[in-house]
Amino acid sequence: MATGIKDKVAILGMGCAKFGERWNDNAEDLMVEAFIEALEDSGIEKNDIQAAWFSTAIEEQHVGKSGVPLAMALRLPFIPVTRVENYCASGSEAFRGAVYAVASGACDIALALGVEKLKDTGYGGLPQRTRGAVNDMFWANTSAPGNFAQLAAAYGAKHGKSREDMKKAMAHISIKSHDNGSKNPKAHLRNKIDEDKVMNAPMIAEPLGLFDCCGVSDGAACAIVTTPEIAKSLGKKDLVTVKALQLAVSNGTESQHNSWDGSHFITTRTAAKRAYEEAGIEKPRDQVSLIEVHDCFSVTELVTMEDLHISPEGGAINDVMNGFYDADGQIPCQIDGGLKCFGHPIGASGLRMIYEMYLQMQGRAAERQRSEQPVFGLTHNLGGFPHQNVCSVCIVGMDGA
Amino acid sequence: MAAGILSFGGYVPRIRLSRQSIADANSWFNPALKGLAKGERSMANWDEDSVTMAVEAARDCLGGFDRNGLAALYMASTSYPFQDRQNSGIVAEALRLDSGIQTMDIAASQRAGTSGLIAALQASGGAGGPVLLASGEKRRTKAANPLELTTGDGAAALLVGEGDLVATVLGYHTETVDFVDHYRGQDNAYDYVWEERWIRDEGYLKIVPDAVEKMLAKAGVAADAVDQFCFPAAARRVAGMIAKRLSVAEDGVRDNLQANMGESGVAHPLVMLVNALEEAAPGQKILVVGFGQGADAILVETTDALAKLPKRTGINGHLARRREETNYNKFLSFNELINSEHGLRAEVDRQSGMTTLYRNKDMILGLVGGKCTKCGTLQYPKTAVCVNPNCEAFHTQEDHSFAEMTGKMNSYTADSLTYSADPPAYYGMVQFDEGGRMMIDFTDVTPGAKLDVGLPMRMMFRVKDYDGKRGFRRYFWKAAPIEAGD
Repeated sequence: MATGIKDKVAILGMGCAKFGERWNDNAEDLMVEAFIEALEDSGIEKNDIQAAWFSTAIEEQHVGKSGVPLAMALRLPFIPVTRVENYCASGSEAFRGAVYAVASGACDIALALGVEKLKDTGYGGLPQRTRGAVNDMFWANTSAPGNFAQLAAAYGAKHGKSREDMKKAMAHISIKSHDNGSKNPKAHLRNKIDEDKVMNAPMIAEPLGLFDCCGVSDGAACAIVTTPEIAKSLGKKDLVTVKALQLAVSNGTESQHNSWDGSHFITTRTAAKRAYEEAGIEKPRDQVSLIEVHDCFSVTELVTMEDLHISPEGGAINDVMNGFYDADGQIPCQIDGGLKCFGHPIGASGLRMIYEMYLQMQGRAAERQRSEQPVFGLTHNLGGFPHQNVCSVCIVGMDGA
Repeated sequence: MAAGILSFGGYVPRIRLSRQSIADANSWFNPALKGLAKGERSMANWDEDSVTMAVEAARDCLGGFDRNGLAALYMASTSYPFQDRQNSGIVAEALRLDSGIQTMDIAASQRAGTSGLIAALQASGGAGGPVLLASGEKRRTKAANPLELTTGDGAAALLVGEGDLVATVLGYHTETVDFVDHYRGQDNAYDYVWEERWIRDEGYLKIVPDAVEKMLAKAGVAADAVDQFCFPAAARRVAGMIAKRLSVAEDGVRDNLQANMGESGVAHPLVMLVNALEEAAPGQKILVVGFGQGADAILVETTDALAKLPKRTGINGHLARRREETNYNKFLSFNELINSEHGLRAEVDRQSGMTTLYRNKDMILGLVGGKCTKCGTLQYPKTAVCVNPNCEAFHTQEDHSFAEMTGKMNSYTADSLTYSADPPAYYGMVQFDEGGRMMIDFTDVTPGAKLDVGLPMRMMFRVKDYDGKRGFRRYFWKAAPIEAGD
């Protein structure tokens, strides 16, 4: 009988490069920047790392395929390196690989590192690219914002919410993330915005305007993980351990079967439920201290509050407008600025979310530090489109919690 | 029993470009264009060509008919998207016709449509089944050429054979004369046109009466017995002059649809014939003429069966399905008459694997999905494992085409980020009334329209992508809001 991942693996060190438009850095430079921080934080030597997982999603824009770019960038000593890609949830996938390796006993110390270099396309937004030979023949001509924008039409129709109510809640989400991002020196976007600015921004994909969309960034993040025993033996204090690692992947129900109404994520609901069980969390709204969600678009964050079983169905707008998810609210969401403002270098994003949880739990988040000690931090990393996606839910927390 | 017309259908693109907008842009160069600046011309959307329009006319024509029984499909056009890849073969795949069907492309003259009709009439007697003739035309015209104002895009289809005829054929005749009123050489994109007065006096007014008189003599019908006369040329008053010369009643001269459509080339005589059949009472004699390196003259007579044919959207229905466009720049851009900026996102390689396409041609060209024989669930695409969470049976799906199904919009967006030749790109989830769904591109959406969840939609055959680098284009189906006239 599987016993789950809870408390089997601890975070030994983490690092995160400054996200943003890193015009003068290659992916390798960003990888090294994140790695040095994590290595110093962990207190180990590079040669103590026994296996590595490397996440990138749009590798043709920068490092190319395979685990070789990581091994070469860091001069790893001929250890196993596996490249993983699972849409925008790739970073969480690298983390899962490293954590599972340690949990299995196959190795003592493992590395997860994600990187993305997206600002070499010549235009804003994610790169326009082929989706596969057969898919290109019948998939709609979608962009990321266009796929996620459709949540708004379906959610509004299902819950009887007006476009105006939706837009205002979505604006609150973005304004909050900009406020949070302004306190984060590693964030891509650090400006504060107001509702007028959000409402009057150019339309990207109806009803999502410019400020409903997250930054597309260059960046890297990484984690070094080991067992709690080894971490303690190395003198680590206030251990942050992995409580749950869940992944749910669409099987075509959403895109092909009429049981899905388009207003929510089946994957998120499924993965979250399993994650709470794995972590032993019974009342997420009362027990989770912090959440970092995949706010690729404001509307994604809105519906995700319900899919994570924190806001009641149809109640996310109320919670958002009441400040429940603000930095000083009951459960801060995107206290580091989120994808929206910290930025979204795809392969790094899942690791960046865990990085923030780790800093917050260790009391190292400086100006944006949550005053009350967080116990459980949830990260939600989503890849793909509402109708066809990969959803990772990871819970980390204080050792013994 | 002689072959005649079993059914008919028509298609006119939804967009109508105001001729004033063309004249406003170009009369500085040619002030005479102001004289043509009345009314509007039909304008193919960026995702339409002669093949897609022929498919739509054919679908209209085949309503209520068994597609499996067809013996042949002929297409007629001078604006084929492919010089070498049978265009009628694409139409046949889109219509899901049996692979045993004979297909043929007829081309290279403005009378290809009427010649195709005569060939279909001749063939259908011994063909072992009805012959479908589909003609679509999207003529390329240079900016500021008068043809840009007088032509329009459109299509017509006729089902020809034996049986319950809506119109019998009383006679036909062809005069073949190498009269070169215009031509387009192999390496030229546009027509080269000779003086219109000469075309009128020596062409229309001499060759056409000659062909009609010989046809009437063969048919044993007096000219004054003709009730309606379909003559496609855009030139003003010429049809009336021909009628007068032939002693055909001038009030029988049909509207050439110049005011609200324009002359749709090869398709136009058939467009006018279809339009006449839509409006005709039984027992009417309709004369249709095609002109180009000679002339074809065909005389048909409607029967009592006409009233029993289910109503077609036809030309009138499609003319009613109208959206005005006053931005001439869009026409220039859609037709590559101007070197427009398409942005870096347009640079994605759109190569199509011929192996990939062939393997999936039913799915792509025929919109064939699956129907689970165990639980009945419709699903697109068809896969090896049923998508119904309560079934998930292996290898139980039989072919099921979604093309003729209607559905409702579940979610949508208007996307200004993704590359589209006509931004914003509209797309969304369409849920079919019979079951099944797909996330699919929308087409023919009114710009700026606010769409509501639940909007009724139907499928249309369109160009999905152009691979300009290789001269290929991908076809697929799109969802269009069901409009008045549909």
